[in-house]
Amino acid sequence: MKSYLEPNYIVERDDERCIRCKVCVNQCTYETHYYDPEDDAVYSHDENCVNCHRCVVFCPTQALTIRPNPCTYTANANWTHEAIRALKEQAETGGVMITGMGCDKPHYTYWDRLLLNASQVTNPSIDPLREPMELRTYLGAKPDRLAVDVVDGEVALTTQLTPQVCLETPILFSAISYGATSFNVHEALARAATESGTLFNTGEGGLDHRLYPYGDHTIVQVASGRFGVHPAYLDVGAAIEIKIGQGAKPGIGGHLPGEKVGPAISKTRMIPVGTDAFSPAPQHDIYSIEDLRQLIYALKEATDYTKPVSVKIAAVHNSAAIASGMVRAGADIIALDGVRGGTGAAPKTNRDNVGIPIELALASVDQRLRDEGIRNRASVIAAGGIKSSADVAKAIALGADAVYIGTAALVAMGCTVCQKCYTGKCPWGIAATDPWIAKRLNPDIATRRLVNLLQAWSWELKEIMGGMGINAIESLRGNRLHLRGVRLTDTELRVLGVKLAGE
Amino acid sequence: MGWSAVNNRYGDDKVFDACSLFGMMNLKGQRFSGKDPVKAMMNMHDRGNGLGAGFAVYGLYPDYKDDYALHVMYMNRDAKRATDKYIKERFEVHVDEEVPTRAANVRDPPLVWRYFVQPRRDKRVDQHPDDYVLENVMHINTRTGNAFVFSSGKDMAVFKGVGFPEDIAQHFCLDEYEGYLWTCHSRFPTNTPGWWGGAHPFNVLDWTVVHNGELSSYGINRRYLEMYGYRCTMQTDTEVLAYAFDLLIRRHHLPMEVVAQILAPPFWDEIDEEPPQRRQLLTTLRRTYGSLLMNGPFTIIVAHQGEMIGLTDRIKLRPLAAGVKGDILYLSSEEAAIDLVARGLNRMWRPKGGELVVGRLGDRGMGEPLLREVNV
Repeated sequence: MKSYLEPNYIVERDDERCIRCKVCVNQCTYETHYYDPEDDAVYSHDENCVNCHRCVVFCPTQALTIRPNPCTYTANANWTHEAIRALKEQAETGGVMITGMGCDKPHYTYWDRLLLNASQVTNPSIDPLREPMELRTYLGAKPDRLAVDVVDGEVALTTQLTPQVCLETPILFSAISYGATSFNVHEALARAATESGTLFNTGEGGLDHRLYPYGDHTIVQVASGRFGVHPAYLDVGAAIEIKIGQGAKPGIGGHLPGEKVGPAISKTRMIPVGTDAFSPAPQHDIYSIEDLRQLIYALKEATDYTKPVSVKIAAVHNSAAIASGMVRAGADIIALDGVRGGTGAAPKTNRDNVGIPIELALASVDQRLRDEGIRNRASVIAAGGIKSSADVAKAIALGADAVYIGTAALVAMGCTVCQKCYTGKCPWGIAATDPWIAKRLNPDIATRRLVNLLQAWSWELKEIMGGMGINAIESLRGNRLHLRGVRLTDTELRVLGVKLAGE
Repeated sequence: MGWSAVNNRYGDDKVFDACSLFGMMNLKGQRFSGKDPVKAMMNMHDRGNGLGAGFAVYGLYPDYKDDYALHVMYMNRDAKRATDKYIKERFEVHVDEEVPTRAANVRDPPLVWRYFVQPRRDKRVDQHPDDYVLENVMHINTRTGNAFVFSSGKDMAVFKGVGFPEDIAQHFCLDEYEGYLWTCHSRFPTNTPGWWGGAHPFNVLDWTVVHNGELSSYGINRRYLEMYGYRCTMQTDTEVLAYAFDLLIRRHHLPMEVVAQILAPPFWDEIDEEPPQRRQLLTTLRRTYGSLLMNGPFTIIVAHQGEMIGLTDRIKLRPLAAGVKGDILYLSSEEAAIDLVARGLNRMWRPKGGELVVGRLGDRGMGEPLLREVNV
């Protein structure tokens, strides 16, 4: 069948600059560039280009520019170029449209309509370069009160806290599975988390035994497919996370094609080489909140109550009530993943239309847990499209204890959010397990880039807090008086629990 | 142009942004009049701007010392009618009377009434009388919007309003009262309107707080306390301090020294250097009660029956001086105010940021370090 699809991008090559070095030819995993020895020239198959910029960055003479194809369909507010293209694609394939990364639509972002506060006159701002500024955060259940005994003038605690994990900055690496990404990606995340005093999350594909030394900075995930879940895996992590849902595809399980399952991934996931790893949509032992409680306690029993258990859900319409149930079921941490949360592969229609923005979900969950007097009993991690330290500060002010970053971490390593992770050909060597591609990601360099990102954001958080006159993150957490909204309706302000700017 | 003592050619109206605090306690429990506290406050006149002042006096009503003394501000007569009825339904009222006042330089004083009461016997059997009183105070304060119980302890009272300290003292005839412990406040309101209910001290049961500063953490302090049933109605951040003390000391039974480590905790770097047991205590306190860290500049003088406490924020962004002469402990925003009323102190010091000063009935005075009940 003749395809009616036109190239999305046009590759422009400045022939005067091109030195025929063929770096672009070798770097492009989509075979966009090719060298013609007869002409001694490099040409491109524009229809293959995904706009990942690998060739642009590595071209030694800056000869390349990628442009969106200016040839678009007749302008139409309803039948947009994107809609027409999707229709043609489906008419040709008869399949579900698959995509990677998080929802790319503009209208779900609230962070940019929230503004932060600063001290002026009545209380002093604090200079984080000269004075202490504290970001340390503990995740896990906190008691509603402490009991102490005074013996011979010494205070002794009689309340024992349940296990918690300590973060030196309130930013964790979100679940990114081994298999969706390469070993080098996992290694870089593990090393960067360790060096930065935070945690990374294995995602649902288990943990390669070579990374066990980083266990104290690892959240081991238990998802519906149970890939790679065994006693040693549960024991090695600092915390366990039950994955119920993911913001990019609420109600849908993970999906790893057999082509990506090589020997090492096969061993870690405990499945035969080359088999597809499809996680069931639900956890088949959790059809109710009571079932969740059983799994939470099964995991706590299995690890002798030595580590907190997190439950991750996609932010959906009824998140607040669900979160309340999760806390009562024994979850020590609630991870909420909003509609902009990323993925390696998801049906595009679900990604762009299912779930709710993290800002609204976080605000309503935090308030609901407070209304019920159980907010102390679990920490809340917000996830899904957090792209800057300002978003982190706003999430914490809305009520999060910490945030997960996935896409932002991948971007730090080289990702350009081209949304083609599901092809397994990521030219940056991130969402790829083919050894020839995966080796492009140097774990030493990727670790350094991740550590730098966390350091930069942490400094920026300190600058924001210092400006507010706050020198400990716990005084920002849930402190919505430091937020004001702009361009928001009364109802949006009510759900977010913030005032309008100027009020 | 005539001679002028000031540089400003356009009038000498410069203002100094601050509040003033003063506390004075006889550690033997001997009662004294409001003369010295008012004099000390007048010395710090420039720290306030006439938009609020107040006093808390302990050992005030020996004749009714077992009754809760509810002091209520009424903004109109309707509110009084409704509230009178409510109080009589919920309490046995032994005495109720208008709080005596006299002519003074104050504007629009509300009607202030006091009731000496006991909870009705039909209250829930399992409920502590304090909880019953607190619940009803919260109810009255949120009910009409025009009636505010601003003092509800036993054998103590708060007197406060819009004016300079000497005006409020004159209005409420404070020279005619005696107590063994006085705390005082003069206000320079910034974030909230100057209104009679918004003046300090803030009170819940017999706890009072006077506060200089601004809590940048107010938003979360308030939301945390709301989980424990407290409702903030006084339109000012100081209220959360009063509720925090009530929660931590009366309801959670934590010693004052522990409470200080919650409100103004050491930095993590300092905690990490402590020996294991103390490190575990401090870490657990911050993990559990982090939402009650009072962040931003503050100095507070907190009092309840038998105890007066001074505390600043952990980086001491507001002043506090302490002094002892004989049996009397003084706390003040400025040393000069202490010096004015107590020449020849036995001891004078400036507490460090987050360092607690506690005076307790029965403590030895005479320049020796004040006794501490517990070490934290």
